[in-house]
Amino acid sequence: MSLLDASTLALIRPEAHGGHGQLDFMGALFVFMLATFIGLMAIQRVSRLLHTPLMSLTNAISAIAVVGAIIVAAGKDAPTYVTALGLVAIFCSTTNIVSGFLITDRMLKMFKKREGAPK
Amino acid sequence: MSPENLVQLLYLVATGLFIMSLRWMSDPETARKGVFSGVAAMILAVAGTLAGVVTTGGTHYWWILLAFAVGAGVGYPLAQVPLTAVPQRTALSHAFGGLAAGLVGAGKFFLYYGQDNAEALAPYIVIAIALEVLLGFLTFTGSLMAAGKLQEIKWIPQRPVTYPGQNVINFGLFALALALGAALVLHPLAAWAPAAFLLVVLLSLAFGVLLILPIGGADMPTVISILNAYAGLSAVAMGFVLNNKLLITAGALDGSSGLILSIIMCKAMNRSFTNVLFGAFGQAQAAAAGGEAKVYKPDTVESAAQIMAQADLVVIVPGYGMAVAQAQHRVRELYDQLKKRGVTVKFAIHPVAGRMPGHMNVLLAEAEIPYDDLVEMDEINGDLPQADVALIIGANDVVNPAARADKTSPIYGMPIIDADKARTVYAIKRSKNPGFAGIENELYYLDKTFMLFGDAKVVVGELARQLAEGGAH
Repeated sequence: MSLLDASTLALIRPEAHGGHGQLDFMGALFVFMLATFIGLMAIQRVSRLLHTPLMSLTNAISAIAVVGAIIVAAGKDAPTYVTALGLVAIFCSTTNIVSGFLITDRMLKMFKKREGAPK
Repeated sequence: MSPENLVQLLYLVATGLFIMSLRWMSDPETARKGVFSGVAAMILAVAGTLAGVVTTGGTHYWWILLAFAVGAGVGYPLAQVPLTAVPQRTALSHAFGGLAAGLVGAGKFFLYYGQDNAEALAPYIVIAIALEVLLGFLTFTGSLMAAGKLQEIKWIPQRPVTYPGQNVINFGLFALALALGAALVLHPLAAWAPAAFLLVVLLSLAFGVLLILPIGGADMPTVISILNAYAGLSAVAMGFVLNNKLLITAGALDGSSGLILSIIMCKAMNRSFTNVLFGAFGQAQAAAAGGEAKVYKPDTVESAAQIMAQADLVVIVPGYGMAVAQAQHRVRELYDQLKKRGVTVKFAIHPVAGRMPGHMNVLLAEAEIPYDDLVEMDEINGDLPQADVALIIGANDVVNPAARADKTSPIYGMPIIDADKARTVYAIKRSKNPGFAGIENELYYLDKTFMLFGDAKVVVGELARQLAEGGAH
């Protein structure tokens, strides 16, 4: 593995290298702001009919916390109780992923147009 | 390509798919594509994370697999609940989401503390951890409380609970948590830091409970939306802690969705955020009962069926009572019978009818009522003066004319469905008591209003049967 690879790896797994490395804090803030604006604009267009499925869908999306949970649970040098916290967090997030997407789809399947109504 | 770049590339694609997922929710025709792209994004995100963990030397894989399996095992039945229980299920998943974020934040803090890692506990990381833990754990207990109230669990009070100095206590606890958080930011490696951290966790847990105690059922749509936003923001905070842009983006999408839904709900009740959270709405108004005794005009199902059979336009206003009675399938029968007789039937949907945003739409869609006939409040109000009959099924505050006229009413200013403008009003009501908010409804005493007392499911079923038998000719 080249030297460059090792240093880029340190960015995602800083704990393996004992420190947080060069964190791009301002970059993260930019991402946050832009994502919020995209979110606001996309959500404003969501049909009011679908507000309940929207909430269960975003619920599943916010279970993206599973990413952080995996990183914590898989940490090699972590004490057992930290690993346990990560594992419980994986359990919680997976519950939301599975139930969130399934129930959203179950609800959306029920929304039907009137028969013979123009497409 | 380095493994790290591959991970980031997978995250990038996942981010795009999450955005498209929400974009496709704009129309019921494309909405299911949104679910598929959301699932694809999640699979890519998990695969990318696992790949990153493997290439940098992770461990505990069997345990992780087990956690996935148990999570899926619990998640599957949670997706099969009856649709009337969707508000509880949603609140419960907010609780899971908050707990996951809180636990990851706590795990990270103790990991860095144990390593004596001053660099990793830089001020802004500690701020992000503190916010993640605060939002995560308060969402956890707050959502559990909300789910308990919605499920009507016995030992959780349904009616809003208030006591003197409530807001002082709430703000005091919150300020204490913030102060402890600030102390942690300044001295993250102090000997007392773990104790202070645990205290922040406990305060957040307590704060979640106290926040939901004074909230009544009518406010649930707003509260669920706010908790939705909190769950998203705690994921954003986690993204800052882990320097993970996927977490930040997906969390921000969830947060903005919760924010917009909360704003819509607040507007639909003509109230502000702070008023919902700290206003303790919904106490019964004993004072108003002193006036002259008003009388309801009850009517029989037979004559109601007769009036409806001769109508051109019937507007049905569903409310939480329809959900409680599980009457949506009977409503569908009534809809079919009226359609068969050439009557136009529309449903008037108030944004806060039910216990979560869009609750009524889902129930009526379940009963296979085409969504073209589910009409938003603003649109249907123009039609109501032409309606021959407004049939109110278990709705109360959303049709209370006091919101327009009576400045002393607690719901004054709330936009309502103008059911009182229809030629005749029929209201199905379980009992003669006032609605959840305990507010008297003038609509029920109008000359044109007739009451049908009884369980919504039974009464609507009986109406449909009368129409089917042709007894109404």
